[in-house]
Amino acid sequence: MLKLEPRREPSALMFYVTPFLAIALTLAAGLLLFRILGKPPVAAMQLIFIEPLRSLRGVSELLVKATPLILIACGLALGFRANVWNIGAEGQFAAGALSGGAVALAVYPATGWWLLPLMSLAGIAGGAAWAAIPALLRTRYNTSEILVSLMLAYVAVLLLGSLVHGALRDPDGMNFPESRLFQTALPVMIPGTRAHVGFLVALAVAGAAWLLLERHMAGFQIKVLGQAPRAARFGGFSEKRLIWACFLVSGGAAGLAGLFEAAGPVGQLVPALPAGYGFTAIIVAFLGRLHPAGIVLAGLLMALTYIGGETAQISMSLPSATTSVFQGMFLFFLLATDVLVAYRPRWIATRPARAGRPLQPPAKVEA
Amino acid sequence: MELLANILISAMIAATPLVLAATGELVAERSGVLNLGVEGMMIIGAIAGFAALLASGSVLVGLLAAMLGGALMAFLFGVLTLTFRANQVASGLALTMFGLGLSALWGQGYSGRSAPPFPRLSIPGLSDLPILGRLVFGQDGLVYLSLALVAAVAYVLARTRAGLVLRAVGENHHAAHAIGYSVVGVRYLAVMFGGAMAGLGGAYLSLVQTPLWVERMTAGRGWIALALVVFAAWRPWRALLGAYLFGLITILQLHSQALGLEVDAQLLSMVPYLATIVVLVLISRDSARARLAAPACLGKSFHASS
Amino acid sequence: MSGPLLELSGITKRFPGVVANDGVTFSVGAREIHALLGENGAGKSTLVKMIYGVLRPDTGEMRLAGAGYAPHKPSDARDRGIGMVFQHFSLFEGLTVADNIALGLSPKLAKRGLKERIGEVSAAYGLRLDPDRYVGTLSVGERQRVEIVRCLLQGPKLLIMDEPTSVLTPQEIEVLFATLRRLVSEGCSILYISHKLEEIRSLCHKATILRGGKVVGSCDPARETARGLAEMMLGTALAPPVREAVAPGPVRLAIRGLSLASAEPFGVDLADVDLEVRGGEIVGIAGVAGNGQIELMEALIGERLAARADAVSIDGEAVGATGPVGRRALGMCFVPEERLGHAAVPEMALWENAVLTGEARLGLARRGLIDGARSRAFAERVVAEFGVRTAGVEHAARSLSGGNLQKFVVGREVLQGPAVLVASQPTWGVDAGAAAAIHKALLALARAGAAILVISQDLDELFAICGRIAVIADGQLSPARPVAELTVEAIGLGMGGAHQGSDGTGSAHA
Repeated sequence: MLKLEPRREPSALMFYVTPFLAIALTLAAGLLLFRILGKPPVAAMQLIFIEPLRSLRGVSELLVKATPLILIACGLALGFRANVWNIGAEGQFAAGALSGGAVALAVYPATGWWLLPLMSLAGIAGGAAWAAIPALLRTRYNTSEILVSLMLAYVAVLLLGSLVHGALRDPDGMNFPESRLFQTALPVMIPGTRAHVGFLVALAVAGAAWLLLERHMAGFQIKVLGQAPRAARFGGFSEKRLIWACFLVSGGAAGLAGLFEAAGPVGQLVPALPAGYGFTAIIVAFLGRLHPAGIVLAGLLMALTYIGGETAQISMSLPSATTSVFQGMFLFFLLATDVLVAYRPRWIATRPARAGRPLQPPAKVEA
Repeated sequence: MELLANILISAMIAATPLVLAATGELVAERSGVLNLGVEGMMIIGAIAGFAALLASGSVLVGLLAAMLGGALMAFLFGVLTLTFRANQVASGLALTMFGLGLSALWGQGYSGRSAPPFPRLSIPGLSDLPILGRLVFGQDGLVYLSLALVAAVAYVLARTRAGLVLRAVGENHHAAHAIGYSVVGVRYLAVMFGGAMAGLGGAYLSLVQTPLWVERMTAGRGWIALALVVFAAWRPWRALLGAYLFGLITILQLHSQALGLEVDAQLLSMVPYLATIVVLVLISRDSARARLAAPACLGKSFHASS
Repeated sequence: MSGPLLELSGITKRFPGVVANDGVTFSVGAREIHALLGENGAGKSTLVKMIYGVLRPDTGEMRLAGAGYAPHKPSDARDRGIGMVFQHFSLFEGLTVADNIALGLSPKLAKRGLKERIGEVSAAYGLRLDPDRYVGTLSVGERQRVEIVRCLLQGPKLLIMDEPTSVLTPQEIEVLFATLRRLVSEGCSILYISHKLEEIRSLCHKATILRGGKVVGSCDPARETARGLAEMMLGTALAPPVREAVAPGPVRLAIRGLSLASAEPFGVDLADVDLEVRGGEIVGIAGVAGNGQIELMEALIGERLAARADAVSIDGEAVGATGPVGRRALGMCFVPEERLGHAAVPEMALWENAVLTGEARLGLARRGLIDGARSRAFAERVVAEFGVRTAGVEHAARSLSGGNLQKFVVGREVLQGPAVLVASQPTWGVDAGAAAAIHKALLALARAGAAILVISQDLDELFAICGRIAVIADGQLSPARPVAELTVEAIGLGMGGAHQGSDGTGSAHA
């Protein structure tokens, strides 16, 4: 039987190999899934994972979708490293879009070079403020930040819906639940596409996150808190301050992502703006090993499943949920293969060679 | 009076999926496992039950399929966290996302179809009594089952050896292992029981409450069930109380619209989520007491040391 | 019965990278108190876990009362009449005494009337217990009684006791020994695991000595000297540390009226603790585990702040309201009891663990950016000067053996040149070589003028290195007195002091 033996040290090799192993297993499971669904497996997989990369439009859309994922996941990774579980980035995304968008609508039709920076700041502030609620409740009352941040995600999405139905509705919009088009938009990177400069900002944020996590004392404190909270107290690192920092940074990043989405590809506030980026970013963070460089790659991969899913939806009438099944499987297989980092699997004969000898212990789990 | 009876009955119906899911999760958490995938297990239960009911025409088959679906999801979670010792928080999130996606994929062909009405208890004479009749004697079988479940779980946890072992495993897994209990085995059972109950709760939504299949129809109820376990301080009867309070809040919110209160529907829909937050804050404010009530090993992976 | 009760032959057990037991062969006779003697890491615990069915041997055979014996789980062992009192990890703080006992019995024995039978057995052996109390509220000695009563209820033929006295006062130890002798007179055998030589000499009929997982000898301990036993156990003769009298300098660490409520559900509150430690002296704090040592350590490190700033001061500077970083900057360094997870982050590299406490004093980061080169250089100095056996400072703290990691932790603090060093259980679970090295380092640091406070449950350790010793009991600290005026018995009375009030049985022990 298979026995898991703890390694004396985590395996560096496995740390980098397992994400690829998880991808391979997901692809294999995907083939199986399509077979069960009665769709041609290879063609469907090709449609999802290869087809989008063959056109400029596909690649530019990849950057559009990857931007919010990378931005949010970098912020979340800081928290996850510290064992601070902000899983309500979806709500901070909506709050950021709402507050940043509200700034543009408030000054309408005035515009100028100052408007986009102002909207971005308002977006960051909105996301951070929304994230401050779970931070406050966790540090003041010891309330589970997991549940609070998640509940607030539902609230923020409803709030966005309510406001574009009401106060922020386009007065000339024939009662459609959407705001007016913003008077300004994020500059486009590649002419003729929707790929905007937000992607460059996301790369810059990933760079800053790398510096913070790998070189800075603040990142060191975050890692110590996550791995050994008592050692963090021993080091004199304030848990409350770190929780606050993680929430404000991840909320701000999610807020900025929301504003970019609103002021970029969408151009206005609509109820469906938060399309699950906040939740998918959680997978991106893990698949990227909570490491900014990994997050950039994982963000691109997850963006690919979005676009591929859409392509498959159109040309093969696969349901849109295919995307989230793939995303869930990625995370599943990554978590499962992660065991190889800390443990060495060994195959051991169940039956002893010679009768009368005591039996081998079963897997260490029970031994 | 009629309105009051209606409100109470609807509140019980709204609360029953929460009762089922929260009681199941409570058992899992008492064994020391924090499964954040309740939402995913519920939604799989909802679609599995719905599909099985339409295929077989039997309510019982539908409910069994829902429990099986939830338990299988929980088994997946067990493989990740108990056998592979993955992080419980991350694994729970993965389970929820996977469940939401898979159920949508599976339920594609079922959108818009409705299930036959769910049978209700009807005792001639008693069920026709004003107010009390329908409240006490006129509910569907799952409402009574959920009450029986709470009573059974409360009894098993407090009074039986199986319950004692379960609590012991959640309290100190090293000690439980040292005196010879299979920590992982007990936890697998507890987690799968939690999954089965979450699945049943999901089926209640798709077979009784609506009765329809709608994508993402659980709408955060799995998360509310998780909050209820904290609210209940890991005690079954308090979980029941919490769920009923919740059902009442949900229904009052719906009825306020019917009563003509001029409030935006979307703002009103926030009420259950905001109420959850308020309750969580109230309950966790006294941190020392909250820590005493929580199983000491909650959320910790177990690996037997030499 | 004439033959031996338990026979082991050729028992071998391997773990990744280490052979815990290598062909162990010995036997325990009927009505015998048999000592299993060995250093930390000699393989004693692994061996008894195999006898009790928690672990299974890779090879080898066991026989019990002449018949084959291969327990697959502890209940097999219990069914065959073997009971075990664990050193750690076998009670549930959140459950009652009765529930704890029921969990360790077969379902048949745990049926109704258990509380009455607990009452009978505990009365018969003078082990008073209230079956309805939560174990978390019991003292360590009372907890051990729970374990013993749990075993006695099964009417055992063999009782295994794993380091039973490490948590008891000298007076409680006498009571325990009386119980054990009485059990033997009633026909029970006892396998007694310890590394304390004097106890084994006074209690045991026979001793088997383990070293590095192998049996290296057996003897009648009453006929050996403690020194002879120690040499068999260690394989070498060991020179005790030399403590020179140093003229004490000025007061460097002052604790005045320190009171602090515990943050833990079953913790102990500190009440009005007073103590002064002068430069050049080592002061010890003796006490049974769970009497406020953890809380005192937290208050001294600054993990929890005192109500008044002058409750703790370093060189006259009040730091009671200052956190750990500020205290370190003023020259206070700490060695907490738990190596992994408190003093060091298990998964982090040694050099990163050097940053954990070294940053505040040595400035290992500039403008927030960690100076990797200087941090590694400091960690390498610790490794070199304290003889830490490791393949390099890039390796995780977890990969080190207990003794080597402890040397690293002590070295990390000592090499920061502290004015005051507070160490809790500095040699707990550490092999004799490492313990001697740590003691030497502490004595050298004191000679250099630092004030050192050592909190320990090991009286031998305190007598070996301290100039004065105070006793902590139930959160209260006795005045520190010079070792020359103290005896083990006197300290023992102080250690038990608090419990006499709490359960009313203390006076019966004395």
